Amino acid sequence: MKRFKLLVAVFLAVVLTAGIALAGTLEEVRARGHLIAGVNGGVFGFSMPDDKGVWKGLDVDTARAMAAAVFGDPNKVKFSALTAVQRLPALQAKEIDVLCRNTTQTLTRETINGLNFAHVNYYDGQGFLISKKLGIKSAKELEGATVCVLPGTTTEMNAADFFRANNLKWKPVVIEQTAELNKAFFAGRCDVLTSDMSQLAAQRSVSPNPAEYVLLPEIISKEPLAPVVRHGDDQWFDIVNFTVMAMINAEELGITSKNVDDMLKSKNPEIQRFLGVSPGMGKALGLDDKWAYNIIKMVGNYGEIYERNVGPNTQLGLDRGLNALWTEGGIMYAAPFR
Amino acid sequence: MVTDENAIQADASLPEKVPFWLDPQKRAIVYQIGVLCMFGLLAYYLISNTLINLEKQAIATGFSFLNKESSFEIGETVIPYSAASTYGRALVVGALNTLKVSFIGIVITLILGTILGVSRLSSNWLVSKIAAIYIEVMQDIPILLQLFFWYAIFYESLPSPRQALNPVHGLFFCNRGVIFAVPETHPAHQYILLALVIGCIGVYFFRRWAKKRQDATGQALPVFRISIGTIICLPLITWLVFGAPIKMDVPELTGFNFKGGMTLSPEFIALLLGLVLYTAAFVAEVVRAGIQSVSKGQREAAMSIALKPTQVLNLVILPQALRVILPPLTSQMLNLTKNSSLAVAIGFPDFVSVANTTINQTGQSIEGVALIMAVYLIFSLSTSAFMNWYNKKVKLVER
Repeated sequence: MKRFKLLVAVFLAVVLTAGIALAGTLEEVRARGHLIAGVNGGVFGFSMPDDKGVWKGLDVDTARAMAAAVFGDPNKVKFSALTAVQRLPALQAKEIDVLCRNTTQTLTRETINGLNFAHVNYYDGQGFLISKKLGIKSAKELEGATVCVLPGTTTEMNAADFFRANNLKWKPVVIEQTAELNKAFFAGRCDVLTSDMSQLAAQRSVSPNPAEYVLLPEIISKEPLAPVVRHGDDQWFDIVNFTVMAMINAEELGITSKNVDDMLKSKNPEIQRFLGVSPGMGKALGLDDKWAYNIIKMVGNYGEIYERNVGPNTQLGLDRGLNALWTEGGIMYAAPFR
Repeated sequence: MVTDENAIQADASLPEKVPFWLDPQKRAIVYQIGVLCMFGLLAYYLISNTLINLEKQAIATGFSFLNKESSFEIGETVIPYSAASTYGRALVVGALNTLKVSFIGIVITLILGTILGVSRLSSNWLVSKIAAIYIEVMQDIPILLQLFFWYAIFYESLPSPRQALNPVHGLFFCNRGVIFAVPETHPAHQYILLALVIGCIGVYFFRRWAKKRQDATGQALPVFRISIGTIICLPLITWLVFGAPIKMDVPELTGFNFKGGMTLSPEFIALLLGLVLYTAAFVAEVVRAGIQSVSKGQREAAMSIALKPTQVLNLVILPQALRVILPPLTSQMLNLTKNSSLAVAIGFPDFVSVANTTINQTGQSIEGVALIMAVYLIFSLSTSAFMNWYNKKVKLVER
């Protein structure tokens, strides 16, 4: 009888825990006390712990902004480093609340993978990194090359498409861990490393001899990188989506982490609505009306996090390019906050 | 429980009928049914819950993705494959790669493991100590570490293709792998293969006949020498008949890489080395245990009836040692096959690696993981089925 009771207990425990898991993501995150964000963990400038173990990067700051919006504290977020192959199943299996891991928005991922992509936080494109010694000037000269590529990425498929379209033979070497793949490339296992341009720049900047490598001129794909959530929780999707847009909107309005307190006194109704001086926007999302204020005050606007992590004055030195505001020649554009 | 049962049966003479809840046998049946129902409910709950959740997140289910175009490349393939092939074919390519590395790995491991196991028992102090040190060291280092080590040695220490080491004509070592010349395709090859097969079949029947003859007449033939001779000579004669073609397909450096010849990639070699060197240490211990399990008296007895040393080994020691060796050896072979899935870490496109990519590109994790489990189950079950059959064959026949 004892065994029988035990079985019943186990059975009920399974049923009950499964029942709890059916609540909305926002309630779950609040009940847990912190957000869990999936990140890359190996791309300098996007998500990587620094030498003191503090997570740094554009994707990391995006996740911090979400924590600021939900909790009013950018540090209430735990980062989970995921490989390209692990990331989507981890999100689908609810191991993480949001994926900020330079993930490209595609039709397949939006539909049959059951995911929703929020506003893009980095517009990228795929390129090739190659040793100067080989004397290659264009990707079209890569006949017979060995190419290092991460498995489970759009990069892997774009490369296959590119070589097929140009009728070139090639040999992929796919290694799941970013660090191992880069080690193999810089040791000469492959002729070419292919990935998003931003990532290639990041890997080159931390390589033993950055000056020995060049990026080929071809950009073979569009890579809109965006935070991702699961299908079926619209409230959570809205929060993630508008967190990214709040950072862009703040830059459009000229609000920075430094002047945000002064901006509270602004007479501009748009700014008043945005910062919660005139209430309503936060409540609509199920958050505190101070949510956008908290994001800007604690993390910064989009321009600030860009400059801090990947901008021209950092080790990466990436120009704003497509990622500049629409008013400055880029395509970063936020929906109106009203 | 058994004693209870007996007690009840012994008490059958009692007039009163035992109520079913006091009858341990019937009670046991009720428990069994109860547990079975619970298990069924649990399984039903888990499956339906999964399906509901998948539907809620609008994740597609089913195996129809297998017919879609894969649009990713695979570095090493046994059968023709391109990015235009289907996911199904990609998975077959992965499974064949796993089979390839496991099969070659098992064969080399058995040979190396046996040599090491015998060396460990050698009366030569140096040989036995070297074997002992090898076994202890290799058993203690996790296999993943060993894989990284061999892989790193390859790409860190060997030069690029343009400066490839070329110790003998037609053989190159570089960080793209080992490239060597192979005989150019010639119609004679299929006939040589045919001759080899015919030789093997012939030897099989010859051995049966020789054994029967020995049983009947007591006369022994030099079976081993005749067998080896047949297997070698038949293909050799065929080769000579076709004019002894010796033209080789020599690899040449063109553009980025070598063309022609045959290439063993660093990933494949590193994986094979890691698996073989690691598992051989365990196999060596299994072999040693088997040989030591045969008592000294057996050997002495065999020698005292004037058997030759090879006969002592083949007719007395091995049949008994094999009975001890085979079951743990089977599990080492299964270990090697399963450990080959660590290939993911060093980029060899084995089944897990290809299945992971497929899961990621299609989002069909549950189906993908189910496929991985099914494939490894099939590999493992067929290995153990074969080994069990062999085990039955060599086990002590009781008369």
